[in-house]
Amino acid sequence: MSISQGGEAAATAGTARVRAVLAVKPRWGERAVLGSLVLCALLSVATTVAIVVALLEPTIAFFRHVSPIEFLTTTEWSPLFSDPEFGVLPLLSATLVLTAIALCVALPFGLGSAIYLSEYASPRTRGLVKPTLEVLAGIPTVVFGFFALTFLTPLLQDVWFLPGDPPGVFNALSAGLVMGVMIIPTVASLAEDAMAAVPHDMRAGSFALGATKLSTTVRVVVPAALSGIVAAFILGVSRAIGETMIVTIASGGTPNLSFDPAEAMQTMTAFIAAAGIGDQPTGSVGYQTIFAVGTTLFAITFLMNMLSVRIVRRYREVYE
Amino acid sequence: MSDLAGPNPAPEGLYAQPARAAEVLGRQRLRERAKNALFRGLLLFSLLLGVVALVVLLADVLDRGLGHVWQVVTSFPSGLPARAGAQSAIMGTIWLMALVALFTIPVGVGAAVYLEEYADRSRRWNRLIEVNIQNLAAVPSIVYGILGLGFLVRGFVGLGQTLLAGALTLSLLVLPTVIIASREALRSVPDSIRHGSLALGATPWQTTWRQVLPAAIPGIATGTILGLSRAIGEAAPLILLGALTFVTFNPEGLNSAFTALPIQIFNWISRPQDEFKLLAAGAILVLLVILLSMNAFAIWMRSRYQKRW
Amino acid sequence: MRHRGLAALTVGALALGVAACGGSANGETSSSDAGGKLSGTIKLDGSSTVAPLSEAAAEMFQADNPGVRVTVGTSGTGGGFEKFCNAETDISDASRQIEADEVDACKKAGIAYEEVQVANDGLSVVVNKANDWVTCLTVPQLRKIWEKGSKLDNWNQVDASFPDKELELFGPGTDSGTFDYFTGAVNGEEGNSRTDYQATEDDNVTVQGVAGSEGGLGYFGLSYYEQNQDKLKVVQVDGGSGCVTPSKETVQDGSYKPLSRPLFVYPSDKALARPEVQAFTKFYLDNAERIAAQALFVPLTADQEAASRQKVDSLAKG
Repeated sequence: MSISQGGEAAATAGTARVRAVLAVKPRWGERAVLGSLVLCALLSVATTVAIVVALLEPTIAFFRHVSPIEFLTTTEWSPLFSDPEFGVLPLLSATLVLTAIALCVALPFGLGSAIYLSEYASPRTRGLVKPTLEVLAGIPTVVFGFFALTFLTPLLQDVWFLPGDPPGVFNALSAGLVMGVMIIPTVASLAEDAMAAVPHDMRAGSFALGATKLSTTVRVVVPAALSGIVAAFILGVSRAIGETMIVTIASGGTPNLSFDPAEAMQTMTAFIAAAGIGDQPTGSVGYQTIFAVGTTLFAITFLMNMLSVRIVRRYREVYE
Repeated sequence: MSDLAGPNPAPEGLYAQPARAAEVLGRQRLRERAKNALFRGLLLFSLLLGVVALVVLLADVLDRGLGHVWQVVTSFPSGLPARAGAQSAIMGTIWLMALVALFTIPVGVGAAVYLEEYADRSRRWNRLIEVNIQNLAAVPSIVYGILGLGFLVRGFVGLGQTLLAGALTLSLLVLPTVIIASREALRSVPDSIRHGSLALGATPWQTTWRQVLPAAIPGIATGTILGLSRAIGEAAPLILLGALTFVTFNPEGLNSAFTALPIQIFNWISRPQDEFKLLAAGAILVLLVILLSMNAFAIWMRSRYQKRW
Repeated sequence: MRHRGLAALTVGALALGVAACGGSANGETSSSDAGGKLSGTIKLDGSSTVAPLSEAAAEMFQADNPGVRVTVGTSGTGGGFEKFCNAETDISDASRQIEADEVDACKKAGIAYEEVQVANDGLSVVVNKANDWVTCLTVPQLRKIWEKGSKLDNWNQVDASFPDKELELFGPGTDSGTFDYFTGAVNGEEGNSRTDYQATEDDNVTVQGVAGSEGGLGYFGLSYYEQNQDKLKVVQVDGGSGCVTPSKETVQDGSYKPLSRPLFVYPSDKALARPEVQAFTKFYLDNAERIAAQALFVPLTADQEAASRQKVDSLAKG
């Protein structure tokens, strides 16, 4: 294969190059490798299929019992009480509120930490602080939940200065803040790796043109690492939506259609956890609600991810 | 400055008044420096939030649990707080983490390599896989528990309520994180490296194995750390699968019944007796030590292979 | 490449270390019968309320019979029955009686069982320590507070003599056997309850909620009150024959009504055919008092114990 062929094909860094190589002289080792790699990738598809299959049957059974319109528009969720109501909106609003609070903490602080570690910190500091942050990621979520409940909530109750009632024993604010702190390492670690991988020539070039460190960081490094940073953000959002233990323990088990963070509210994941580890006989409507809510969660994250992949693709800058 | 009007034109505007120019530029430089300092301060503040939160949490846990760590490590679960420990849970967690690492690293990196190096990005099939993986990262852990129960414990694979089923379920939970992080790591390797290798006559796999992957190890290590950190603290899916809360023996093989530290911690926290909460703090410390050792290894790998281009 | 060798060495060392640590509480690594005549594994699963009882029984039994492995899971009463009727467990822990669907499932799988009572519990109604206006509540009053659709949010609505203090309610979630029993006993129907109280699966959190709120009111098992007497005050309940404080005696003699409840285990006939399971079940009942004491529950009365023994015998024979 000639160098020019390689240079041209490498522009897409994809099948073109592989096909060019394989067409010249089939290397069975290469084909075997390709095959096993495809299998690895397909495993993720198999997992999704399995999840969909596991979720689908009870969900369909549920929707035969409760109309989807009722499910999506009723404002009360009390499926396991004796006179059940099946409106998913309270769970949905709670998931939204908690995710929003968590992201307000995790995204700016995560990115800020990442920028500091990548651009300003000495290698020794970086080597010390980055692992410390990663320890934060390993603390069991149960511990965070109880920390929110027993330490943060009383603290918030004491220093509450905003209008409206101070937060009660369960409230979305404590859970959201703690969840945000828990997600910081995820965002920071990945974003930092992305920025560390930006070639130094770019920074050098920027400095040579007289830019300050601030300008270089904000206008050169961050845009170059944008794909990685956005991936870090998306992973952070995914974590926030799917988090179960912290919200169960600190935000409570009472569904509540409200956007006031000082109130208690039950998210979709908290409901699934509470009902899933509980006493519902298999096959009952109560049991099926778990799957219906699970499917809703799955659908929402799917749509959100499709959107974000499209956005990332558009703004990703490729250097070299 | 306007376009050049010939050799050595007379200086205009600010440049004609050197003294004033120096003053203005000096002020600008000061403003720039202030902005830079403020920016740096804000970043440092962001960093400190996470670190301070960790220190506060650790201080609380250490204060409560340090005295009980020995009992937690050497005894087995019991109804009496004076006798209770979590050795079976500790061994269960260690076995689980080892198996999860063994499974997710090759499969996760393999999938990432396929998606980054071999797949044709313009085909819809590959885009779907991408979205699919990101979606899986957001699925709550308990849904993985349902999945494991339906397919791994019963049904298709039928492993029963064993250590292997638990490890595989956790691996599926963690796989999306590892894949996403590995992909970013692979993306960050400059294409010039690949071009150079191919130009010298290497096959795509040789290029990947000998040039791209070693360069991507830091990012892959980060992804693995994040993934394993999550897996080590998960209780809900394991409970659904049949990890028990009361086991008085260490795991004896892949087919053994088992328990894990987060389950034991959650169980102890929910007991009425206050002494159990102290034991729970001790168990949390043990969990963090295990986590730190795993991380230390991965960090060593990361720093060893870290390259700055 | 030299780092490959090092990596392999590390993995190997780790594997060896893990394999070498296959110990157990009794130093046994196989289920041979050295040290006790019996051997085998007994699997229990089900209610997290009953689990402390089964754990206490398992612990004591294993001390005498080191060859037997007893494991206890907490998938919930419903989850436990599901596994039980799937022949995945030997004994199911339950804080409520088995329901119709579950009965059918077991019948279809050909699993016969018996409902064996192993202890009693008294559901306690608690208020904040600073609450000095209430000492006793009647069942109709409790019903007014807790029934479906109730909008009571102030103590003076419960009884005109009570002061003007906000009523804050805490309790277990809908998946708890405690919830089922309380709503059935007080509101007349399981699951019949107002929905706007602070629900939690962890009774310790209810403790915290009531202790932190002046007008707080909550309910849970007796053990959670007894362990937190410094933070909470228990309310007497009038079930129609006077105000009664929950205690071991009043639960056993039936005077604390209607909030005394039985706790069950369900052994299967197939399991009881094995000698170690038979021995374990017998042990459970022989030592019921000691086990209940360790698990902080109210032990069986002599009559209840005799009835349970009879059920086990009939299942073992039949």
